[in-house]
Parts: sequence; structure tokens; C-alpha cells
Amino acid sequence: MEPSLAAYLALSGILFTIGAVGVIFKRNAIGMFMCIELMLNAVNLTFVAFSRYYSDVTGQLFVFMVMSVAAAEAAVGLGIIISFFRNRVSMDVDDASILKN
Amino acid sequence: MEPIIQTAFPFIVFAVGILLAFQGVLMIVAYTVLAERKVLGWIQGRIGPNRVGPWGVMQPFADLLKFIFKEDLVPDKSTKFVYFLAPIVALTCALLPIVVYPFGPVITTIDWSFLPFGVGNGITRLPMTIAQIDVGVLYVLGITSVGVYGIALAGWSSNNKYSLMGGLRSSAQMISYELAMGASVIGVVMLSGSLDLNGIINAQINSPFKWYIIPQFIGFIVFLIAAFAETNRVPFDLPEAETELVAGFHTEYSALKFALFFMAEYVNMFTVSVMCTVLFLGGWYIPGLGHLLEPGSIPYALVSHVGFILKICAFLFLYIWIRGTLPRFRFDQLMNFGWKFLLPLALANVILTIVIVYFLNR
Amino acid sequence: MATSALFFLFAGLAIACAISMVYHRNPIYSAISLIGVFVSLSVLYVTLAATFIAAVQILIYAGAIMVLVVFVIMLLNMDEDKPLNRLRYLYAVGGGLGLILLIQTFFIFYAVMRAPKQAINEDVTVGNTLSIGSAMYTEYLLPVEIVGILLLMAVIGGVILVRKLSQPQMEMVVNSELETRNEPAESDDYRVAL
Repeated sequence: MEPSLAAYLALSGILFTIGAVGVIFKRNAIGMFMCIELMLNAVNLTFVAFSRYYSDVTGQLFVFMVMSVAAAEAAVGLGIIISFFRNRVSMDVDDASILKN
Repeated sequence: MEPIIQTAFPFIVFAVGILLAFQGVLMIVAYTVLAERKVLGWIQGRIGPNRVGPWGVMQPFADLLKFIFKEDLVPDKSTKFVYFLAPIVALTCALLPIVVYPFGPVITTIDWSFLPFGVGNGITRLPMTIAQIDVGVLYVLGITSVGVYGIALAGWSSNNKYSLMGGLRSSAQMISYELAMGASVIGVVMLSGSLDLNGIINAQINSPFKWYIIPQFIGFIVFLIAAFAETNRVPFDLPEAETELVAGFHTEYSALKFALFFMAEYVNMFTVSVMCTVLFLGGWYIPGLGHLLEPGSIPYALVSHVGFILKICAFLFLYIWIRGTLPRFRFDQLMNFGWKFLLPLALANVILTIVIVYFLNR
Repeated sequence: MATSALFFLFAGLAIACAISMVYHRNPIYSAISLIGVFVSLSVLYVTLAATFIAAVQILIYAGAIMVLVVFVIMLLNMDEDKPLNRLRYLYAVGGGLGLILLIQTFFIFYAVMRAPKQAINEDVTVGNTLSIGSAMYTEYLLPVEIVGILLLMAVIGGVILVRKLSQPQMEMVVNSELETRNEPAESDDYRVAL
């Protein structure tokens, strides 16, 4: 007996929601970054589950693409975070308000 | 009764296999520690440990007892949960790759139907590998890269500035040299057309000239150097440089928790030696053995297995030899060497291999 | 049977780790929880017969991206988030929005499940390295090239972002910040150290 497609989709939906709520609640930039990674992973799980249940390799290929994009995002995002910290000594996204007034 | 036994039989076989493999690897690792102390002693004109048993052969067990009975200190201001988690992560990630090691060739010549309850019916081959997965190389690379957390978290959670420096250094070093290591494996994967460790060995058998150390010599050198850096061994042992950082990431660890880190380091050495042997030296294949013994029989498998272990021991000896010979790098030298020399060399090797494979296959 | 047991075990672990990631204020705990999510998802990929994706998941997410994140957290020596003291009602609003999002997602999946589907065929070749590789370099060559260019851009961008500013430029930025924000001056030595 294998778990059904619906089970994987439900898990993916729950993880995606937790990630989205996390982006709203977290206030430091690294925390938000990690929540976004969680959302990307939830989507990946959907891709792989559909790929399995419809016997189509495209889903897995796009998971691979998403991973590459996530790696690029990590490099640039962490670079931004480091240079932000150098200037502000803070990780709080509320402090990134230099353009406000 | 019979169906239960038939269902349970594969699990029992796996359990026995896992027990044998882990026990064997841990014994070799224990004696690597003794061999290291002996060989370093000879290199420096000393005798080395010789008090416990004849020639000191019981020394590893004496060391283990000592680790168990030492007082277990936990720093007051450490982050407790992470502090306890770190050695577990380190040793788990070191041990996990054992399940894909190709310990020997497949045994095919035995008829297993003599076993009671009909459990052996229809089984023709007994592989000397616990799990045969078709992405073995990626699996080993992935698990060893997760091992960084053990060191990084140990450094962070001890709340000690030397530990933190050691943890930071090791994660920077491992990220850098992992790239070169991955790039040096690509050449082998392209030539053999397989990510499975057994598949890579099968592409190298029949002649020692097919070993990938010959067409992939640059890859071999890059892999070997990156392997030394990945396992934090001399000349890349910056994370635990005694003269600068007390003991680096494990400064605050004592007793069994320190022993776990210690074991993880030596198991990692073993893993990297296995990868070197499988990728570049033909794994369990011994030239000419196929003429003496029938391939697929039990003696052939056992002799091949011994050959595999001997090749690994040669690499382990190389580790010790280099530890006794070379001084340590400075950290900026280490980074420059990894990024500006090793990685471009590995990438150049990949491109060269692509061109050669393309023209050979035309 | 074994697959189902693995699924429920690791699905539970993934959800628990995800909740713990959002709950913890200490970024290191969040990062460790996220690594837990990644590892459990990798096991779930194995139950879906996608061994290549499972191995790459461990290699890229757990082995590269999260190592970078942990490295940055350790390097910047970040402390815990301060709790939100003003605008507390936002917690309730966020929870409500999350609930709506969850219901929406389930509705979409429900609609998808209602769509006519083929029978599951036990095609074992889907998910092995060969099928992914051949699809990657024939049918989907253009996306792969685009991803390659994206990665190159990320490398260049990363190098440019974290390069050291020359000292006068740096001081200019810092001073203008100080003027606008009237921060106490003792945080200055932090910047020099960095």
C-alpha cells in the first residue's frame, strides 16, 4: 500500500502555509529567507508527487531548476544580508527604511 | 510459520550485512588510530605505544575505556541542546555512507535453494553491498557535506571564541573544497556513464590500464587534495590548529562526546579512501585474478575484498605519512589555493574530458 | 505498507520541524529545524522513487545552501529576535490569513484531484538519473541554459555585493546613516571590526 497523491499534496499545502505565515511573522532577514526556502520546498514536493503519479519526468526536472534558482538566491540574498549588516549592525527588516522619508 | 520466515528473511540478511559492515569498518578505524600513532612514532624516531598487549595491539580498547570513564564536562554557558546534538550529527553523517560501499564483487555461482523453508528459492546473486542505489556518488558527497554541521554547530554552541573560530574555519574550508571535489568526480562519471559505485567499478575491470587514475590523473590529484581538506587533516587541519586555536571546535568537548568527534574524523578518512579507491583505482578489482579463480565464486569475492581493503589501507597510510611530513597551511593560503588553483584545475579537467570523450565517441 | 509508515513518520517530522522553525526566535534553532525539514523531504522523495532528486536535495539544500546560512548566522553572531511589542494584533491577522491560504491551497488540490487522471503506471525509469539527464539535454535545453546564465549572474552579483568598500566610501555611508538615525556612537567600533 502506498500513500495516495492527496496525502503528498496535503503535506505540501501545510508546509507552504507554514512558510507563508513564517514570512509574515519573522522580522529578521535570515528568518524570512529560510521561510521562503520552506515554501519553495513545499512546491518541489508537489512537483515530484505529480511526476510520480503521472509518470512524467518534467516535474523532477523543474525541481532541479527550482533548486538551482534557490542556490542563486542564497548566494545573492546572503550577500545582501551581509552588506546590510555591515551598514546597520542589525538584521531586522524594519531597519531597512532609509528610503522612507 | 513459513510465510513469516520468508518475509523476515531479507530483513535478517540486511541486519547481518549491516552488522558485519559497520563492525568491520569500526575495527579498521580503531586500528587506523593505533597505526597512526605507531607510524608517526617511527617517522619521528620513537617507538610509539607498546605497553598494552604485544606491540600495543590492545591500545584502541584501552583508549576507548579511558574515554568512557573520563569526567564529562559540559560548559555552563553552552547552548545545551545544540551542544549535545553536534557530536551525534558528526558521527551519524560519517557512518551513513557505509551502506553504499561496494565491498566486493557479486557472488553468483551459489545455488541458495538448500536453505530451509524455501527462503533461498529464486535468489541467484549475493551482492557485497548493503544498498545498491543508482546515485551512490551523489549520496556519499551529499552525506559527507552534511557532516559540516557537526563541526560548525559544535563550535557555535560551546560559547568559546576558539571553538567558534574553528567552526567558522571548517565550514568555510569545507564549502570551498567541496566544489573542487565535486568537479573532479565529474570526469570519472562522464567516462563510466554511471553514478552507481558498482557501475563505476565495472567500467574499470579487465585491465589495470582502464583504472581512471590514468585518464583522469588531474582529477585524481584534485580529489586527493580536496579529500585531505574535507577531512580536516594535515596540512589542512586549520579547524583544530593546536598552536592557534587550542583545540579548535572540540575545545570544550570531553570524554565520550570528544570520542565521537574523534571517531567521526577517522571514519571520514575511511570514506574518502573508499571513494578514491572506487573512483580511480578500480575498487575491488585485482588484475589477473579472474584467470586464477572463477569470477562470481566465493574465493574470488573474498580475495577481491581483501584487495579492496588493502587499497584503502594504502590511502590511510598516505594520510599518516603526509601528517608526519608536511607543515600546516595559513588560512588565507588555504582559501587562495582552493579557489584560485584547485577549482580552476578541476574545471579545466572537466572541459578537457568533455572534448576527449566527444572526439572518441564520434 | 513500509512506504506508508515512512510517509507518515517523515511527513510528521517535516511538519513538526517547519512549525519549530517558525516558532523559534533564535536563528540557529530555526536553521537546524529547516535542515530537519529538508532531510525529511528527501526521504519522502525516496518514497516517490525519485532517488536522484533526493540525493540532490541533500547535496544542494542541506549541504550547500543551509551551510551558507549557518555560516552567515555564526559570522554575524546574531542574537534572538525581539518579540513584537507593538502591533500585537498582527499575530491574529497573520494566523487568519494563513488559514485562508491553507483552505485555498486545499481547494486547488481538490480541483486538481477531480480532473481525469491516468492510471499510475509502474514505470521505474522515471526518476532515475538517465531519464532526467536525457530530458534535460534534449527537450528542456533552453531552461537549463537560462538557469546556467542565472547562476553565473548570481556568482558575479555575490562577489560584487560582499566586496570590501574602500574606507572613505564606507565611512560616508556610515556617517550618513548615523546622522539620519541618531544612533549612539558606540556601535561604531562594530563597523570597523567588520
